[in-house]
Amino acid sequence: MANQAKSMFDKIWERHIVSPETADTPAVLYIDLHLTHEVTTPQAFSVLRERGLAVRRPDLTLGTVDHSSPTTTAGLRGIATAETPQARQILEFERNCRDFGIECLGLDSEYRGIVHVVGPEQGATQPGKTIVCGDSHTSTHGAFGALAFGIGTTEVGHVLATQCLLQRKPRSMAVNVDGTLPPGVSAKDLVLALIGKIGVDGGSGHVIEYRGSAIRALSMDERMTVCNMSIEAGARAGMIAPDETTFAYLRGRPRAPAGAEWDAAVARWRKLATDEGAAFDREVELDATRLAPMVTYGTNPGMVIPVDGRIPASSGDPALQKALEYMGLEAGAAIAGSPVDIVFIGSCTNSRIEDLRAAAAILRDRKVAAGVRLLVVPGSQAIKRDAEAEGIDQVVRAAGGEWRESGCSMCIAMNGDSVGPGKYSVSTSNRNFEGRQGAGARTLLAGPATAAAAAVTGQVIDPRELLV
Amino acid sequence: MDPIKRIHSRTLVLPASDIDTDQIIPARFLTTTERSGLGRHAFADWRYEADGTATSHVLNELDPGDYQILVGGHNFGCGSSREHAPWALLDYGFRAVISTAIADIFTGNSLKNGLLPVVVDQSTHRWLLDHPGAEIDIDLEDCALRLPGDREVAFEMEPFARYCLLQGIDQLGFLLAQNDAISAFERQAGSVLSSGSNPD
Repeated sequence: MANQAKSMFDKIWERHIVSPETADTPAVLYIDLHLTHEVTTPQAFSVLRERGLAVRRPDLTLGTVDHSSPTTTAGLRGIATAETPQARQILEFERNCRDFGIECLGLDSEYRGIVHVVGPEQGATQPGKTIVCGDSHTSTHGAFGALAFGIGTTEVGHVLATQCLLQRKPRSMAVNVDGTLPPGVSAKDLVLALIGKIGVDGGSGHVIEYRGSAIRALSMDERMTVCNMSIEAGARAGMIAPDETTFAYLRGRPRAPAGAEWDAAVARWRKLATDEGAAFDREVELDATRLAPMVTYGTNPGMVIPVDGRIPASSGDPALQKALEYMGLEAGAAIAGSPVDIVFIGSCTNSRIEDLRAAAAILRDRKVAAGVRLLVVPGSQAIKRDAEAEGIDQVVRAAGGEWRESGCSMCIAMNGDSVGPGKYSVSTSNRNFEGRQGAGARTLLAGPATAAAAAVTGQVIDPRELLV
Repeated sequence: MDPIKRIHSRTLVLPASDIDTDQIIPARFLTTTERSGLGRHAFADWRYEADGTATSHVLNELDPGDYQILVGGHNFGCGSSREHAPWALLDYGFRAVISTAIADIFTGNSLKNGLLPVVVDQSTHRWLLDHPGAEIDIDLEDCALRLPGDREVAFEMEPFARYCLLQGIDQLGFLLAQNDAISAFERQAGSVLSSGSNPD
């Protein structure tokens, strides 16, 4: 019966209810995987200490260091002795993990990296799970058909102490993307176009399920890019039904089920997909065939246009005026040809191996333009090794770019990697907010190919012009 | 946490829409391991020049103690999950934020710290934006906003969060009291739910 048809979100939600929602109280929702890092946990561990509480399920908790971690070898060597706030924060996190029995892929671990890269890479991120982390880009893990969302530090404490959260069920939104992406158009372009269409609050209060032939055709790396940016449309989470692509990615990963357990898990995961006829509170359509490489011109990810497009004409909109003033860009002008000082390729949005390959395809046999600095920061140490095995590091270095250790780096500019006041950055990260990449930094968000093309030409340019 | 029943104060208006958490507290201040003392970094890049001198921003001109209600533009608090944002606003002196929309994670974080997120309709919002410094009343017991001239506007708040704020209790105690239900859930769910965080 149609009225019993359930969405994937409904199914996962219902299976994790410890106590149902009532008029007076939210649902008590069980959490299967709690990812932790150094920035949003210290105050939560302090609460546990003050109250004499243990971590209920250290076996369902995994830590790594990313936001504050240095991306240079010199910086890494200095961390144990450095008296910087970043060093103290990292060392305190590693100590908290030891004290509370949580496995931590710390600075010494060859498996450390950005928390949203490490979870999937380790196979800890799996279909059907509820996954939380004190970081808004936790939505990334929804690419596997998990319900994954960011939480604040108080809630980090709740999950540490009880493995549960108090939650009202969000509304649901289907984003249907059909058609085939044109050559040279990436998953980042797809999701930027979506945010441009529905706005930075277009998904507020909703969990998005991405559906349609264009989504099915995406690799896991690409699906993670799409789900990662769900929060930039204001959504609580983004998710994609697991399929053969998902299973092929997970099979053999260190924390994925193995042997008979693997077969049982896949059988379970196959039933997660949204039932035919399930209703969503809202539906949005996007035609993949019409998409182009996208780039932002303003100070939120919704201020975005095709790379061959023009910045909107001045309409007296104070938000647009304020944004263009900050960015030093002209209303009505073409975005192509805008100057670039720094190119950052990295972040939980675009630092996986396929992103680095897309950048390398542009960088190969080319040089970074005079006066431009290129920083390539792999999402994890494992990705760094994989990329080096393919020679991507050599391509980056030969072009004149910097090849770094893994971390959040210049996406959030907490570790010392920052753009500089007034400078233009073309960045594969997720936020172009004022000051996000350091005080006064001017960020243009784009996909890896567009960013690499900006590095070698010194200006915003359609990367397809370099791919012939 | 002290119970909150009513907030009576003047408003401070920041009319820009989409004020994100990187504006409320820039990421470079997140290296702290404490939750106190963040008020001096609230809106740091709006309040201070690169060399540390104070700007003429309204946040530097008014006495925070007299302006405890922040009226922000649409979609206030979007962006990151950093709870440092409500911590910074509270430490600066704000006790409530009013807008036409307040981002989901920011709302959750605010409710857990006693910063009231109050969502109002567009015409009420317009009035508030047009009357900075208005003396208004937020009544949490009645879920009512009282504006000058006996104008009263109802607002909604998640009932459990409201109950906790009115009583001055935190939500962790409620969750800890669910221990038996959580244990029962874990026994029933067993290996299906818990496979995969750690190897073997």
